[in-house]
Amino acid sequence: MEQFAALVRSKDNKPVRYLIVDDSIFARKNLAKMLESFGGEVVGEAGDGCTAITEYERLHPDLVLMDITMPQMEGIEAAERIVRQYPNARVVMVSSVGYQENIVAALQKGARHFVQKPVKADVLYEVVRYVMGDDVLTAQTVGAGGK
Amino acid sequence: MKMELIQPFINSADAVLAESLQCETRTGDLSMEEEAYRRKGVAAIVEINGDIEGRIILDTDSKTAIKVAAHLAGAEVNPSDELVRETVCELANMVIGNAVTSLNDQGFHFKISPPQVHASEQGLKGNEETEALVMCFDTPKGSVFMNIAMQYNRRRKEERAAAVVG
Repeated sequence: MEQFAALVRSKDNKPVRYLIVDDSIFARKNLAKMLESFGGEVVGEAGDGCTAITEYERLHPDLVLMDITMPQMEGIEAAERIVRQYPNARVVMVSSVGYQENIVAALQKGARHFVQKPVKADVLYEVVRYVMGDDVLTAQTVGAGGK
Repeated sequence: MKMELIQPFINSADAVLAESLQCETRTGDLSMEEEAYRRKGVAAIVEINGDIEGRIILDTDSKTAIKVAAHLAGAEVNPSDELVRETVCELANMVIGNAVTSLNDQGFHFKISPPQVHASEQGLKGNEETEALVMCFDTPKGSVFMNIAMQYNRRRKEERAAAVVG
């Protein structure tokens, strides 16, 4: 796998904490592998929208990666509910279904970004940096005392 | 079944398999299946509903499924591992999701169900209207088959035509 400069939280230099939501175990493992290669910590996983909401409430991750097509509750509805309750929540939709209508709906419901499957590690890395904004630093800049 | 419906699936399978397996793929035989579908090994089925209705099955023999799962997991996998079936389901999800994206952007509106492991040996036969089409994609890990049976939703088509006339 490609090498990436580790991303850490600017407030405490600790790893970015992620919640991965996808009904596919394979997809979750794949995403976890990528996020760990960015220096991140996967603090929780969920296989449907309902569990995603309870896991968010329990864990308060820095970033949620959310699939769209899932049983019980789809990802866009789960994202909307999380963001309604926690307006600062950062949710990135990750789905193979990336038509415009779907992306617009997700962004209107509060998602911050969209990544289409199959996920490319370099694309995901840039999206994480963009969505985290000033709240994240790359490891080589940590020691230098700035971004 | 019109080529405008099929081409996005061919393009998507080619792109997703090449990207996921980091290899070149070759689109092999393409044929109409008149007999009832017979599962080759590990299969995942996705149903589609909307302007177009039907189902798509992604299917591969067990040895290929294990090789693909091991490649994607970056480690050996047990043949009985749930991860093997999960891998085929997620591949189906990505192939069909990308094709659906392309068709939706062309103006067809429909939704897909989450992929499910297709366990029965046979029984899903196309009919005159759904015509099951089988495509084979050759990869260095083995062949991956896609069996597509779908049709335009006549009611939706009539509603659209009426809306245009009205």
